[in-house]
Amino acid sequence: MLGASLKRLWHKLGSPRWFFSLTTPWVTFFGWSAAILLLWGTIWGLAYAPADYQQGNSFRIMYVHVPAAMLAQSLYIGMGVAGFIGLVWRMKLTDVAISACLPLGMVITALALFSGSVWGRPTWGSWWEWDGRTVSTLVLFFLYVGIYALREAIAEAELRARASALIAMVGTINIPIIKYSVEWWNTLHQSASFGLTQKPAMPSEMWLPLLVMVLGFYCFAGFVVLLRMRSEILQREMNARWVGDWITGRGSP
Amino acid sequence: MIRGALVREWQVLLRAKGAVINPLAFLLLTTMLFVIAAPDAITTDEASAVAPGVLWTLVLLTQLLALDSMYRRDFDSGVLEQTLVSAQVPFVTVLIRIFMQWLSTGFIMACLGPVLGVMLGLSFQALPATALALLLGTPALSLLGSVGASVTVGFNRGGVILALLVLPLFLPTLVFGADMVMAAQAGRSVMPQVYALSLISLVALALAPFATLAGLKISLEMQ
Repeated sequence: MLGASLKRLWHKLGSPRWFFSLTTPWVTFFGWSAAILLLWGTIWGLAYAPADYQQGNSFRIMYVHVPAAMLAQSLYIGMGVAGFIGLVWRMKLTDVAISACLPLGMVITALALFSGSVWGRPTWGSWWEWDGRTVSTLVLFFLYVGIYALREAIAEAELRARASALIAMVGTINIPIIKYSVEWWNTLHQSASFGLTQKPAMPSEMWLPLLVMVLGFYCFAGFVVLLRMRSEILQREMNARWVGDWITGRGSP
Repeated sequence: MIRGALVREWQVLLRAKGAVINPLAFLLLTTMLFVIAAPDAITTDEASAVAPGVLWTLVLLTQLLALDSMYRRDFDSGVLEQTLVSAQVPFVTVLIRIFMQWLSTGFIMACLGPVLGVMLGLSFQALPATALALLLGTPALSLLGSVGASVTVGFNRGGVILALLVLPLFLPTLVFGADMVMAAQAGRSVMPQVYALSLISLVALALAPFATLAGLKISLEMQ
């Protein structure tokens, strides 16, 4: 029973129209959740969370930096998974997903790098340290740039979809290897002690706002990705009847 | 079938000597340029801190230069399409091509490694490890590079995009390769780096030919 209904769901996912009508309420849900969670987390984190006994108030950048860094990686892995599904099952929707995740992922990775740099100034004493995790985030940014350049270079939609799916997959497989090798490199080359790793575990007043912010960032990503996917679907299915009916208000998708 | 493909690739290699010699000339030339640009960085009496990194970076760039033409000639002449259509096991055809590409770039660079090491002022005890590091690391460069080359072969100017796609993937090889030379210079054991480089090359060997095949199919449809 369950297997059959899962299989039906799987086949339905191949239809852009079905996806469009399914996600109409999701956009509202993710949008409002993101707005509430981000507002709540920001006020809680910036105004009410206690100051760090070593870093003072500068640690509050964490509430932007940590969610951004997590989301940056998740979006790339999401593209890799979408690419895998797209290559194996030839689903049209997966390329729509990749094209929606790509710009957001690039911006969020840049935000993670920038906020990390701003946080590094008071904590480590310099705007840029070649720390292991900084470098792997920078490499992640270049992985995004590579796919972006590839997509720009291929004019034909079907081939662009397959080429970027392949490269996203190869990149995703390489992410753990890159992370491990950069950690190895860092342990040998690191001369200064940042004192960040020895920090005691955070009290709950500090990490609960962080949790809210992380959830908020993921809801925001869900909101943006869905919006972009839906407008991309409308653009690609421009000539389909249901799109015309929906836009003129004569029918629902 | 395999023997025929090997013989063909070997003959292509022998007849296109420029494809082998030009990247090597580039490698020697850029090494010389670095030594001239930063003479103080090269010290022959003590362990050099920059030489391993410079050597590996230049090897990466040379490999990148050679990768651009990896499939181009056969792609333009239609030989590639015919081979992939007629081969019983396209996987083996691709593997042989990658092996030959490695033989003409990575293997020769590994043989040349000690010479480059001397040019860059590496200590004598680090020279065998330099050659071994290149021997173990360059297969991964050819394999991963082959994936990038297969996707970009259809582009008119694919060089920059190839670099953007492939250089981030080269990073693990660079880290362990340069570190192995560094460790040998300091007299430390190089076994961890030997294992790491072998692992990276073996993982690439397991996955890259399939990805290359998929990439070539995409490029052939793009024509």
